[in-house]
Amino acid sequence: MKTLSSLVALAAFSALASFCAWAADPEVALVIKNHRFEPAELRVPAGQKIRLIVHNQDSTPEEFESHELNREKVIAPGAKATIYIGPLKAGRYPFVGEFHENTARGTVIAE
Amino acid sequence: MLASAIIVFRETLEAALIIGIIAAATHHLKSRNAWLLTGIAAGIAGALIVAVLAGRIAELAAGFGQEIFNAAILGVAAAMLAWHNIWMARHGAAMAGEAKSLGHAVGTGARGMSALCIVIALAILREGSETALFLYGLLAGSTEPAATVLSGGAVGLLAGAIAGYGLYAGFLRIPARRLFTVTSVLILLLAAAMSSQMAKFLVQADVLPSLANPFWDTSWLLTNGSAPGRVFHALIGYEATPSGIQILFYAVTLLLILAGMHLSRRGPPRSPAT
Repeated sequence: MKTLSSLVALAAFSALASFCAWAADPEVALVIKNHRFEPAELRVPAGQKIRLIVHNQDSTPEEFESHELNREKVIAPGAKATIYIGPLKAGRYPFVGEFHENTARGTVIAE
Repeated sequence: MLASAIIVFRETLEAALIIGIIAAATHHLKSRNAWLLTGIAAGIAGALIVAVLAGRIAELAAGFGQEIFNAAILGVAAAMLAWHNIWMARHGAAMAGEAKSLGHAVGTGARGMSALCIVIALAILREGSETALFLYGLLAGSTEPAATVLSGGAVGLLAGAIAGYGLYAGFLRIPARRLFTVTSVLILLLAAAMSSQMAKFLVQADVLPSLANPFWDTSWLLTNGSAPGRVFHALIGYEATPSGIQILFYAVTLLLILAGMHLSRRGPPRSPAT
């Protein structure tokens, strides 16, 4: 009985811990496909650090780059990369895929 | 072709400007060209290795291998620049002023040069590996013929090299006595810029807090995407929207090197052989 209650406590604690981790850093997914970002507009909460998960589904490398977000990261073909952004003030933050700048364009909208 | 020329030019520019400054700072050394070429060759070899291993490097450190790797490279390069400036504060003025041709001056100069040779290699390694990945992607996935992509890349590389050489040639018009001061200041700012970029990568990997992001916004004046913005970014670490921690790293690096140079200059005199 004692073990059961401690198990329940542990489960509750880990659920709380993972909730806190989630609450601390919201996760936003972004896909690169045919040298384009999907979605091209990402709405994120302002004033919070965000985990941006970028999945490159193309067969060629891409570089996520944004002077406005102060970020640059090369993403290998097929790879998923995590990029921390923010905390951001409300506003628009354009980003590009530097290796295919004509097509790979997007904007983070913090609100 | 234009796309590959522009990107290769951008990536080359930063390394080329760094080489231009270092070539000017060491132009009094007889063995300089050999050191420069060694640094460039080592950098190109390293860039190709890093490009091949890029996927593996990225997976390290729980997916933040690329950031940690870049931060480490920038940190080592900044330390080498710092060491060079502090060491030259003691030996350089005498070397440039009096005995350029003396044997010991050449010997001691080579020690300073070895640190700068590493900086050149690291700068090329960083920018070159990205260029190699970009060209690989373009060759593998594009409808453009390989010859077009590669000739575009060659044009970009040439343009970057011309920019670096132009900076170098401009420095050589400065009188020799002033040149030493000018290159010391530029190497100082370059070290601070690299330190600030290192902080940026560590924030991206969530190792360091950003401490207010951005700390200020001067993109109305000069964006980092514009040509002058890129040049100032490469030379003095200009950022239109820096985070607070980048400014902190920049300022602390600047002050530490200045203090080191000051102490080194005022320290007890050593025999000329050291």
